[in-house]
Amino acid sequence: MIELTEAAALVPDGATVSFGGFTTQRHPMAFIYELVRLRRRDLYLYGHSPGGDWDILIGAGCVKRVELAYEADEAFSTVGTRWRLAVQRGEIEWEDYSNFAMVSRFAAGAMGIPFMPIRSMLGSDVLARQALSDEQRAADPRTCPRKLHVMESPFAPDDRVVLVPAIHTDFAVLHVQKATVDGTVRIEGQTFADVQQALCADTVVVTAEEIVAEEVLRREPERNPLPYFAVKHVCHVPFGAHPYAVFNYYDYDPRQQVYHDSARDDATFQWYLEKFVYGVRNHAEYLEAVGGPARLDSLRADPAYGYRPDLKRRRLD
Amino acid sequence: MADYTLTELMAVTAAREIRDGEVVFAGTGLPMLGAMLAQRTHAPRCCIVFEAGTAASQLAHLPMSVGDARAMPGAAMAAGLMEVFTYVLQAGRVDVGFLSGAQIDRFGNINSTSIGLDPVHPQVRFSGSGGACDIACLAKRTVLIALHEKRRFPEKIDYITSPGWVEGGDSRQKSGLIRRAKHGSDDPGGAALPARHQRDVPGQLPSGPHRPGRRRRHRICPGHRGGDRDAGSHA
Repeated sequence: MIELTEAAALVPDGATVSFGGFTTQRHPMAFIYELVRLRRRDLYLYGHSPGGDWDILIGAGCVKRVELAYEADEAFSTVGTRWRLAVQRGEIEWEDYSNFAMVSRFAAGAMGIPFMPIRSMLGSDVLARQALSDEQRAADPRTCPRKLHVMESPFAPDDRVVLVPAIHTDFAVLHVQKATVDGTVRIEGQTFADVQQALCADTVVVTAEEIVAEEVLRREPERNPLPYFAVKHVCHVPFGAHPYAVFNYYDYDPRQQVYHDSARDDATFQWYLEKFVYGVRNHAEYLEAVGGPARLDSLRADPAYGYRPDLKRRRLD
Repeated sequence: MADYTLTELMAVTAAREIRDGEVVFAGTGLPMLGAMLAQRTHAPRCCIVFEAGTAASQLAHLPMSVGDARAMPGAAMAAGLMEVFTYVLQAGRVDVGFLSGAQIDRFGNINSTSIGLDPVHPQVRFSGSGGACDIACLAKRTVLIALHEKRRFPEKIDYITSPGWVEGGDSRQKSGLIRRAKHGSDDPGGAALPARHQRDVPGQLPSGPHRPGRRRRHRICPGHRGGDRDAGSHA
């Protein structure tokens, strides 16, 4: 067990990192805000469908290069606002894959094999084109020298597969419902690719809503997707995914539309960073800034659903 | 005056593409709404799969993303992306997947990545594939939902995020894709049948053989999506 601030400080400039969660769910946001406060630079991020976690890091200038399938925060916006601006302004390097390709890459790294064959991306420009040049790839060991490789099955000549390269990151950071001080992890609901991301990282940091006794999680080991030896550091961070949702704990916060409204413009984005990140010293002060206990209580999940059925949210049209 | 909105019309149209008992791969937004509607009307046994990890959701409230906790209550399985993409989608268990995008060409190829001829320096960047490319490659049937605007249907799209019939003819099959290699007829069995056993000459979107009793392989639902949602649903 370490403090959140200590854990975030372990990540140096230029580190390769992946964060758990999926678009609007279970991102380790408290950890992310800490990285922004630490003004980390030149991070290399790997993800399938990140959301506001990547968007704020990109906007705050913390990120050099990303490999991804999707960047959007679907509760609020169908394209990550700062991601879009960074690409259009030439401020970020990236490579596109599909979600299946990215999770297969994490899985290959987690299994200790160099690549995974999949039947996706054939016939697409996700396969045919690359955003990172061969020179950029060759110059940096944090990026695979080749994006992918198409081959015929050695067992059936006409059967074509796409080999996608394994990912190994310096860090994986997950936010989960429950963990023990020793690092046994309980994820409730969809697991996304958290398990594969953790198992292909050198150092795994887990932030958890609750710290529970080892014997509690060991009563149902089939529900623990990560063994303690895969996890290096555990931090107790209630509401650590705010403004995003944690199944069985709280729903996402529709008031955080303010992030996306602010992110469209450089000046208002700076205002957001000052008010909610740089201007607060830690996660406790952040939670006060977004409305404190009254606001947070209004987001708590209804136990019958695991979310908040009466949440006031945007209509589809 | 119609007493329904265009969004409602699109949701109803999407729902009618789902048959009872089918496995449906649904993305955020209208596909989810259509799948929910189908489940509550003519297709109570349709199995709604979300790429974030759930299968057979019994949706009580519309999820805001495929990872939303709203996918959980009543679901038969909650796992992760790896399980859904490998055992469900790649293995050939998805009957119908929904797709959308900023640009769609006459072969049903879709762009949800970027606008601009050079994708390394695009004029407009979108979210990217997500699972859309995977669905386009590996579902037995796909349905496209998009606002019918002229700019959305150029002759040539800037980036093929999700392959349809690629360049027409037998180019989809030649690219190595094993499903929907044959245009306009029932899928002969997905992964069980290697691509080399599926030989036919695929047509193009406007002339697709939508004859009764045959499965339509690539449908475009008319209607409307507003605001910044032009990059399409997460798929």
